[in-house]
Parts: sequence; C-alpha cells; structure tokens
Amino acid sequence: MIEFRSVSKRFPDGTLAVEDFSLVLPSHQTTVLVGSSGSGKTTLLRMINRMVDPSSGSVEIDGEDIATLPPVKLRRGIGYVMQNSGLLPHRTVVDNVATVPLLRGTPKSQARQDALTLLDTVGLDRSLADRYPSQLSGGQQQRVGVARGLAVNPNILLMDEPFGAVDPIVRAELQQELVRLQKELDKTVVFVTHDIEEAFLLGDQIVILREGGRIAQVGSPADLLAHPADDFVASFVGADRGRRALHVERHGDEDVVVDSDGRLAGVLDSARRAGMAADPEAAR
Amino acid sequence: MNLFADAIDWILDPANYTGLNAIPLRLGQHLLFTLVTLLIAAAIAIPIGYLIGHTGRGRGLAVTTSGGLRAIPTLGLLTLVALWVGVGVVAPYVALTVLAIPPILAGAYTGFEAIDRRTVDAARAVGMSELQIVRKVEVPLGLPLLIGRLRSATLQVIATATLAAYVADIGLGRYLFSGLKTRDYAQMLGGSILVILLALALEGIFALIQRFAVPRGVSGRLAIPKPSTLRTERSTAAR
Repeated sequence: MIEFRSVSKRFPDGTLAVEDFSLVLPSHQTTVLVGSSGSGKTTLLRMINRMVDPSSGSVEIDGEDIATLPPVKLRRGIGYVMQNSGLLPHRTVVDNVATVPLLRGTPKSQARQDALTLLDTVGLDRSLADRYPSQLSGGQQQRVGVARGLAVNPNILLMDEPFGAVDPIVRAELQQELVRLQKELDKTVVFVTHDIEEAFLLGDQIVILREGGRIAQVGSPADLLAHPADDFVASFVGADRGRRALHVERHGDEDVVVDSDGRLAGVLDSARRAGMAADPEAAR
Repeated sequence: MNLFADAIDWILDPANYTGLNAIPLRLGQHLLFTLVTLLIAAAIAIPIGYLIGHTGRGRGLAVTTSGGLRAIPTLGLLTLVALWVGVGVVAPYVALTVLAIPPILAGAYTGFEAIDRRTVDAARAVGMSELQIVRKVEVPLGLPLLIGRLRSATLQVIATATLAAYVADIGLGRYLFSGLKTRDYAQMLGGSILVILLALALEGIFALIQRFAVPRGVSGRLAIPKPSTLRTERSTAAR
C-alpha cells in the first residue's frame, strides 16, 4: 500500500506543483493518475521512488516513511517505466533488462537468463536480445522498458505515460498486454496518463487531477462515468459531450447505438451480448 | 621549388641521423613532450569537465576561464614562466598544458551535456548511484565528443611544441630556431615538414580511435552533435 499524507511540492522556481495531496493507493491494484499537463501527476509519481522529494508531507510504502530510506536502494526495489523507454542506447536489449539486477549483485549468467525469460513475459522474441535499442521499433522499445521495470520483481511498478509516444494501434496492443500482465503478476501499479480512455481501460482506481495536484475525484471507472462529482470531471470523462450517453435506435432490422449528439456509435452485437454471461472476458 | 628540394635533401641527409640533433631523436622528443603535455592537461581538465557536465554547475565559470586561457599568447606565457622557473623543460610544459586544457575541458563537459537528459534520468530512476551514472552512462556516451576535442588539442600542442626549443633544447623546434639563426632555410623548412608529418600521423591515429570510441548501438544519428554542441564547435573554430 502506498499512502500520500498531505504532500506538497514547491519547485525551486516557485511553482507549486502539488498542494496538500492525500491518497491511499491499495496494493495489487492499478491506480491511474490522470490529468492534463500541469496537474502534477508526474511529480506525484516520481515522489514514490524519491526522484522528487516532497516539500512537506510524507509518502509511505506499507507504513514506512520513504524519506528515511536511501533513494538508490529504494529505486532498485521499484519498477519504473517511462515514456521514451529510457533505455541505455549503448547497451543491448538483454543488458538493458539486466541493468538493475546486475547493480544488485546478481551473477551475470543468472541475470541474463532472467532477462531472457522476461522478454518472453512481455512478448518479445528472444532473437532481439542482442540488438541495440536504436534497432527496435518504438513499441518494441517500450516492451523492453516494461521488462526492465519488472526485472527486480518489484511489488510496485511506476509507469509514466509509457504508451504516450507510440502510434494508436501499437498503443492499443501494449495496453492489452499490460492488462494481461497485470492479471498474471498482480503488482501495485501506479500509472500516469492524460488519456482518459487509457485510464478507464487500465485503472481499478482512477484519480482525476486538477491543476496543482488537487484531486477532482477518485473512484472506479464506473463511478466516474455514472456519478461525476462536478462539471470538471464530467467534461474530463466526456459525459457532458454526450459521447458516453448512448441509447439504442431501431433502423430497419438493425439495433444501432446512437450518442446524444445523434452520432452513430455502433451496432448492438446481439451474439456477443448473449455470450457475455458465459465469457467474462467479453464483459470487459 | 629549389628550397623544397633542399629541405627534402636535408631530411634525407645521413648526417642528420646521428648525434644530438639526429632527426629520430628530435622526433621522439617532440612526440614524448606532446604526449606528456596532453596527459597532464587531460588529468587536470577531464575530471573537472566531468564534474561540470554531471552536475551542470560551474559551466559559466569554465567557459570564461577557458576563454581567458585561450587568449593567453603561448610564447608570452612561455617566456614569463621561463623567467620565473629558469631555462629548461618546465616552462614549455606549463605553457603548453595551459594551451591544451580548454579544448579538453570543453570536450569533457559538452560530451556529457550532449547526452539525452531522459537517458540519464532513467538511469537514476532505476537505481543507479551518481557515480554509476557517470561511469556506466555518461563516460561511454560522452566519449566521442571528448576524443574529438582531444584530437584538436593534440594538433595544437604538436604544432606549438616547436616553441619548447625556445627555452629548452628539446623537440623539432630546435631546427626552426637554429635554422633561423644561421639562415639555413632548408633546415627550417625540413623541420617544419617533419612537424607536419608528425601531426598528420597523429591525426590519422585519432581518426581511427574516434571511430572506435562511438559506443556500439549509438547510431550516426546519435553521434551527430546536437545544435547546442555545434554552436560551441563553431565558437571554438572562430578563435
């Protein structure tokens, strides 16, 4: 469990990035921090591995104030995945994945073996192991980044807009992979994004942030959609634009779904609807 | 053209291959003097440059100081130091080290500065200590730029090391000074040609080193200096 206790952060240039932020992030769940730029979401994320230290307040992991822990040791126990993959360009894929285990003193052959296994986990072919990051596609680099984040088998995985820089098709693919991985690995994931669709797909708990790290609303995707706390949240999740308020119209023989602007959103898949009870996967 | 032939004759004259003024001996001295000077300058400039590059502090001071050092006329400094410590090799070592420090210093910190900040940030975020970031990330990735500046420092020193003969009897500069005194222009030109050949040889060696200094995996795209570095390059060239 990660807990923020009335955390504030003022940067040396005077900007107040986060003001009096308190939140509990439950273990083994994905918490998504979502907000536009300037909402302090990345600052909040980076407080968890002490890349940023709060000006006041404290961050606790399982009841322990992390300000008392040496930053380097703390970071080696937390997985971190960033937007541009952040891979070391002069090291091969397998060496990149093995970076942190090697720093922690894992024997070289063992670290390499573990790294190869992790490539399988994130769906990368082992033949890519000895390539350099510049020889991979953006999506592949991101997968390597995720593998590196998982390399020390951390309880906590921090992800800072990890899929922000890849094209929409690859992004959708990576998102599905993460959903699958999370089911398998059951980590405490903290995910930062500005994309509310991504937040709805990945989050168990979603935190919508306003400017300065102020919480607009915390809740499950269903909560936020059904009961937005105010106009800001409603507009953020798109409820006010009518794109989420769907109704069914009958056109000839077909049931079509229409949003409140009158735009066609799709057709009702009666076959899939019937199978839903039998196949929980389809319900997602 | 006649003078050129005379100079070649002088270089090939067996009489110039024996005794205290033997060409191989002078070449060796010149080379050794250059290498030792570079070693001293590198030992001073690289750690300071790395510190500036890693912390991002003290850059303004380094630029100002480097500019000041570059503006000092080497011959003047040489004479001044020689007057102070006396005739001998110490004065040329001091004067030439001062000449070599600015480019090496700049090579060290611009090498670090040219690295994508996000790469360094990621290295820190996964748990590298500051020393590990320097050793495992910044030094290897900054090496191509450092080697490039070492190369230009070497050229400067090898050409200017002829001045060492002004206050000490070492190096190829001896041929220039004694040729000037005795109006033996073939000897002067011959000495100059030897300096040029030595410079070209070292240039070739550095070109090779520079190619191998680019870490594998860092493609040409990354090895090309970023605009900020280019600006520094140009201002250096303008001096």
